[in-house]
Amino acid sequence: MSHLLREHAPITELGWKMIDEEARGRLTPALAARKLVDFAGPHGWEHSAVGLGRTTAVASAPTDGVSALQRRVLALVELRSSFSLAREELRDADRGAADVDLGALDASARRIAIAENVAVFHGWEAAGITGIVEASSHKSIELGEDCERYTRRITRAVETLLSVGVGGPYGLALGAEAYTRVLESSEQGGYPLLDHLREIIGGPLVWAPGVHGAVLISQRGGDFVLDVGEDLSIGYDHHDASAVELYLEESFAFRVLEPDAAVALTL
Amino acid sequence: MWHDAGVGFDQYHEPPDELSHQTRTFARLCSSLTEEAEAIGWYEQRLDVEADAEAGAIMRDAQGEEFKHFCMDLEFLLRRTPLWREIAMGILFQEGDIVAHGEESEEEAVEGAAARGAPLAGGTSLGIGALRGAAG
Repeated sequence: MSHLLREHAPITELGWKMIDEEARGRLTPALAARKLVDFAGPHGWEHSAVGLGRTTAVASAPTDGVSALQRRVLALVELRSSFSLAREELRDADRGAADVDLGALDASARRIAIAENVAVFHGWEAAGITGIVEASSHKSIELGEDCERYTRRITRAVETLLSVGVGGPYGLALGAEAYTRVLESSEQGGYPLLDHLREIIGGPLVWAPGVHGAVLISQRGGDFVLDVGEDLSIGYDHHDASAVELYLEESFAFRVLEPDAAVALTL
Repeated sequence: MWHDAGVGFDQYHEPPDELSHQTRTFARLCSSLTEEAEAIGWYEQRLDVEADAEAGAIMRDAQGEEFKHFCMDLEFLLRRTPLWREIAMGILFQEGDIVAHGEESEEEAVEGAAARGAPLAGGTSLGIGALRGAAG
């Protein structure tokens, strides 16, 4: 039995299949960080920390004549987003209903995906995670709200990375607001801005809910690592006569290995 | 389109553009695993007939590389396929009757997974993993 306790939930095999598929479908488009940074794992629920290869001096030693260093690690954080499903809806799903209300699951998936994006791009101080934007060694570039300037600004961001020897292709995480603007815009001659930006960066342009502005990231690899213990899973908490309480969960840490490899663009 | 000129995609049995990137990676590693096993078999045959000790030593060294590659491919596939891993754990490195271990291990793993509603190919997680290459 895994710690997710799925077998204790009053949910049939068909019900679990529907829930898992719905979660996968909702999570995948929103998990922007995983589309742009290296992914290590999943190493399992028991995986607790990532070795950093660094040490801290220990102030005192048990006896005279010895010295000590303590290894530094980055502890994984467990992220959980709870949701409740009506048992009547689950029973209807078993009867073959195709319009089951899984709205709470959808909202939960959106919350945890945004949390992962925010932790990776903007950091999570309380969990010891430094995000890409705060770690970047480059001055941020103003993206602004005027789409006509986006091509020039993003070209400048590419030049910034090239100038310090960080090669492409590059990926662009666009916050929801900026993404919509890009999607709606075309340049003179009607050429879609989205396609032009893709040509400039040479890599993926990703919808990144939770990201403020945009972030240009080298896709050469080895610069940013998402270390995952337990990958996104659904577990069971408790139930009563009318509802089942479930949760989405993952454990991860995030490391910036090369602060030169990303540039933030602000709105 | 997926069939770029000059690039082979023999490892796919379904149109690659209809497969998820996880399944494409899985298929590539399955192909790699097969190739390593074939190479191990070829080196075994060459070593069997080779009379020159120096040539034999080189082949033995090369076969060792293939052992390593095979094991790395296998470990990757087992990590990504918890049900496969569970069955393998009941068979690999066990004393006794291999076939009996296989039957028991398969039965326990499949029934256990079905009973707890776990996705057979994705274990207890949703199997999302890395999404690089999934965006454009």
